[in-house]
Amino acid sequence: MIGEINSNLDIAMLVVFALVSLAILTALYRVFKGPTLGDRVVAVDLLGVLAVGFMALYSLVTGESVYLDAAIALALIAFLGTVAFARYYEIDNRRRKARNPGPGASP
Amino acid sequence: MMRSLILQTFTRLLVTLMLLFSLFLLWRGHNLPGGGFIGALVASAAFALHAIAFGVASARSILRYDPRTLMAWGMIFAGAAGLFGLAAGKPYMTGLWLEIHIGESLLKLGTPLIFDIGVFLTVIGMVVAVIFSLEEEEF
Repeated sequence: MIGEINSNLDIAMLVVFALVSLAILTALYRVFKGPTLGDRVVAVDLLGVLAVGFMALYSLVTGESVYLDAAIALALIAFLGTVAFARYYEIDNRRRKARNPGPGASP
Repeated sequence: MMRSLILQTFTRLLVTLMLLFSLFLLWRGHNLPGGGFIGALVASAAFALHAIAFGVASARSILRYDPRTLMAWGMIFAGAAGLFGLAAGKPYMTGLWLEIHIGESLLKLGTPLIFDIGVFLTVIGMVVAVIFSLEEEEF
C-alpha cells in the first residue's frame, strides 16, 4: 500500500510511479511543443501506452484486478486514434499534392 | 481505406481479440465493471479498425446486417426484457432470474442480460452507422 514501505516490492512500486509520472510529463511537453504534427501524434500515442502502464501499476498497488481490465481495454483501443490520425494526414497530403503538383509537396 | 500491409496484417489478429473482449465485457457486466454499452463500444472500435484497414464495403460484409437493423433489434430486445416482469405480475422492467444447476456450478440467467444485449446491439448499430457514413464520405 501507499505510505508504508515494508518490502522491496513497495520501494520498486514507488520508483516506478515516479518514473511513469516523469514519462507522462515529458510526453505532454512533446505534445505542446512538438514542431510538426507527426511529433504530436506519436506523443499522444505514447501517452496512451503510459496510461496503460499506470493502470497496471495501480492495480498492483491497490490489489484490485478491476483496473487491469480497464488497462486491457485501453491497450486494445488506444492505437486506434493514431491510425485515424495517420489516415487523415494521408488524405490531407494527397489533397495538397493534387492542388500544387511537383517537388516540395511533402509537409 | 489505407493500403498498408502492416495495418492489414495486425487488423486480422486484433479484430478477433477486440470482439472476444467485447463479449466478455457484455457477459460479466452485471457483477463487475463492464456491460452492454462499453462492450458495444469496444466491438464498434473493432469494426471501425476493419473499415479503416480494408474499406467500408468489407466491414459492412463482416457485420452482415445493416447497422439500422441492429439498432431496431436492440430496441426490441431492450423493450421486451421489461415485459417478463409484467407477465409475472410485477412492475415493468422487474429483473427476473432463472437459476440452472449444472452439476456443482450455478448458472444464473436473467432478464437484465436480455436488456444488456439490447443495449449492446443498439449501441453497435448507432456507432457503426456513424463511422461508416463518415468513412464513405468522398474526400
